[in-house]
Amino acid sequence: MELSKDEILRYSRHLIMPEVGMEGQLKLKAAKVLLVGTGGLGAPMALYLTAAGVGTIGLVDFDAVDYTNLQRQVIHGTKDVGKPKIDSAIETMNDINPFVKVIRHEVALTSENAMDLVKDYDLVADGTDNFPTRYLVNDVCVLLNKPNVYGSIFRFEGQATIFAAEGGPCYRCLYPEPPPPGLVPSCAEGGVLGILPGVVGLIQATEVVKLILGKGETLVGRLMLYDALNMKFRELKLRKSDECPICGPNRTIHQLIDYHQFCGIPDHPPEPETGVTENEIEVTALKGKSAPSKKPAPKKTAKRAKRKK
Amino acid sequence: MPKILIPTPLRQYVDRKDSVEVAGATIGEVLGALTTQYPDLRKNLYSDEGKLRSFVNVYVNDEDIRYLSKDKTEVKAADTISIVPSIAGGGR
Repeated sequence: MELSKDEILRYSRHLIMPEVGMEGQLKLKAAKVLLVGTGGLGAPMALYLTAAGVGTIGLVDFDAVDYTNLQRQVIHGTKDVGKPKIDSAIETMNDINPFVKVIRHEVALTSENAMDLVKDYDLVADGTDNFPTRYLVNDVCVLLNKPNVYGSIFRFEGQATIFAAEGGPCYRCLYPEPPPPGLVPSCAEGGVLGILPGVVGLIQATEVVKLILGKGETLVGRLMLYDALNMKFRELKLRKSDECPICGPNRTIHQLIDYHQFCGIPDHPPEPETGVTENEIEVTALKGKSAPSKKPAPKKTAKRAKRKK
Repeated sequence: MPKILIPTPLRQYVDRKDSVEVAGATIGEVLGALTTQYPDLRKNLYSDEGKLRSFVNVYVNDEDIRYLSKDKTEVKAADTISIVPSIAGGGR
């Protein structure tokens, strides 16, 4: 593999840095990164990883651009409202850097397709917004030995780290179980500062690049907390847990499970018809979550770890 | 008194404060005093059996109490205690 004349010019500010250089830029070109979600966190990651010259970027998303997304999902524009997010994202990425190969996965990540989908990538960056998919992404990454560059946000606050890296802790080491539905408010309920996912997503993108280059001190074993309101960064130590059910010595999970059931979400409310705004969809979804029915969900629906934006 | 940093999702239960100072020599005592002062916080931190919930971690300075002495972890006046719940938001 080598760089073309145009690529050498394009990446010149990388090439003159000793930490990147030609060797590092070729590593970036050879790398395959899977972005789960092209929403608030996925948008800045996709933009900057594309510009930086990550050779292959996979996108997983099946939603359409909503008018309320534009406050923070900067890869999509006003003209894209109503378009599949994945099309809108690819269009922007191709414009930024045609040397990057973008692979589209216009599906929901599920227990059935996740192993197949992730196995060809070097690492995963999690930009999802719900607990079932967070645990699904974690478990796939642990089972396949792929680092999971993690970020999550709420209102003015963000968290970022790397899970499932060689010798490092996983998401279940930190949080063995998710909160029961209704206890922790979602972003749609609690709101989010539009700029916040930009900051957190770019911390993730930075860590992706460092993992590929093998340079610097990564966030493995550290949880970065960002408080935008007080403009404070803090970090906490993360340890690999001996009691972890998927990466500990006495692990009990050896394959993917039913993540909706695990998260106490027995069924999905039916998707509203077109013409309903995203906020109304979320309110319907929340109603369903706050009053879960005791009835077990049909297997296929329950296993579908729906990834939102 | 040790300072407890309250994360955004839980501030609604502590009069919207971002930190609270309470007396106590161990984590158990400090969180006990906190949830006595703000009873609505209790169900978000503890299960019905009185166990710290598994989606909430507590740190003394930068160390997880699960790897110290859990509830019996000693705290000093200058320590900062962080309550860190899992959040799943991705910018929907």
